[in-house]
Amino acid sequence: MTITGIAAIGAGLAAIGAGMGIGRIGGSAMDAMARQPEIQGKIQTSALILAAFVEAVALFGVVAALIV
Amino acid sequence: MTLNTFKNVFFSVLFLAISFVGYATESPENENDKEFNAKEMIMHHVKDAHEFHVVDWNGKPITIALPIILWTDQGLTTFMSSEFHHDDSGSHIVEKDGMRFVKYHEKIYQLDANAQEVAFDAEHHPTNASLPTDLSITRNVFMMWISVIALLLVFISTARVYKKSNNKVPTGIAGFMEPLIVFVRDEIAKPMIGEHKYNKYMPYLLTVFFFIWINNIFGLIPIINGANVSGNIAFTLTLAVFTFIITTISGNKNYWKHIFWMPGVPVPMKIFLMPIEIVGMFVKPISLMIRLFANITAGHIIILALMSLIFIFETIAVAPVSVAFALFIGLIEIVVTAIQAYIFTVLSALYIGMATEEAHH
Repeated sequence: MTITGIAAIGAGLAAIGAGMGIGRIGGSAMDAMARQPEIQGKIQTSALILAAFVEAVALFGVVAALIV
Repeated sequence: MTLNTFKNVFFSVLFLAISFVGYATESPENENDKEFNAKEMIMHHVKDAHEFHVVDWNGKPITIALPIILWTDQGLTTFMSSEFHHDDSGSHIVEKDGMRFVKYHEKIYQLDANAQEVAFDAEHHPTNASLPTDLSITRNVFMMWISVIALLLVFISTARVYKKSNNKVPTGIAGFMEPLIVFVRDEIAKPMIGEHKYNKYMPYLLTVFFFIWINNIFGLIPIINGANVSGNIAFTLTLAVFTFIITTISGNKNYWKHIFWMPGVPVPMKIFLMPIEIVGMFVKPISLMIRLFANITAGHIIILALMSLIFIFETIAVAPVSVAFALFIGLIEIVVTAIQAYIFTVLSALYIGMATEEAHH
């Protein structure tokens, strides 16, 4: 297996982690919004920001795979 | 880097790098090399270039030339990129002011005095040529200027409406811009920075928000070859450095105390936390930089990769699937343009807010 192949597998693993993370954020945000529709806007903002943080980790993986 | 290790780099100029309707034609001088290289095509599209590649017509590329500005040992040298005759392999030599230049992989090299043609080592780096300082108007620079002009037109006319209307209900373009500006103020600046201090940072946040957004949108327009401005790491680095400078300058006593001597924890923990907090200071802008760069570049790569499937499988049967998926991703990308501009602005505001927060314990 070449180093490029290993890098691609690493990027895939990072994507799995980010998928789980964003999935949990999205699910919990939906729950919270259903319980308290009056603060939907606030929850949406924090969910987006948290998703951005989680996603950044996956993107580090992608960038690492690109430059290897 | 793997980009340079590929053998058939000479193939890269031959592909139409258009976001939604990319198609390939073969070059007359490369007739034996018929294999489609998706990676070359995609990288050629995503990277910066010295010309706008509009279309390939009968195997000949049609491009819009842009000026090349070089700072060499003998001072400033300028010529149009059309003088390279679409050559990106380093074989066409341009003579100017007694110096000879070649273009290889979108880099301009200056040939040494006695060199007849450019020679490469095993890593595809030229051995008998040097890199002059390249100050060219590349397609990214050009697109950035277009964004600046577009933003100036929109915002100057918006300001003019407010000047005329004496603070009545805005009309025309101002009616469209006002909700966006109010959104940045009420949803980003106020909650993140605080009621009392947000006003000082509004110009920066608004500029960053609209500049990133409009550059993201221009990156999706196929006919201008999708100049990938906000997917360029130098561009996002500059914006992240601005955020870093503003955060550092506006940091108050409380902010520095939290970095160097965290209050409320025992002394060994204070010493342990100090290096982590110092690294965190730099990681924040770096993650801003990588997030925007990787998101936009990934979007472009996905669309182009889906279109490349047609040429990889060499059948038209894949085309409907490819086009449908590319269209779907393209629509998602339109949402992503706004979300990424919003995320960058919100996180900038959050970091500024953390730096200006008053002590509350």
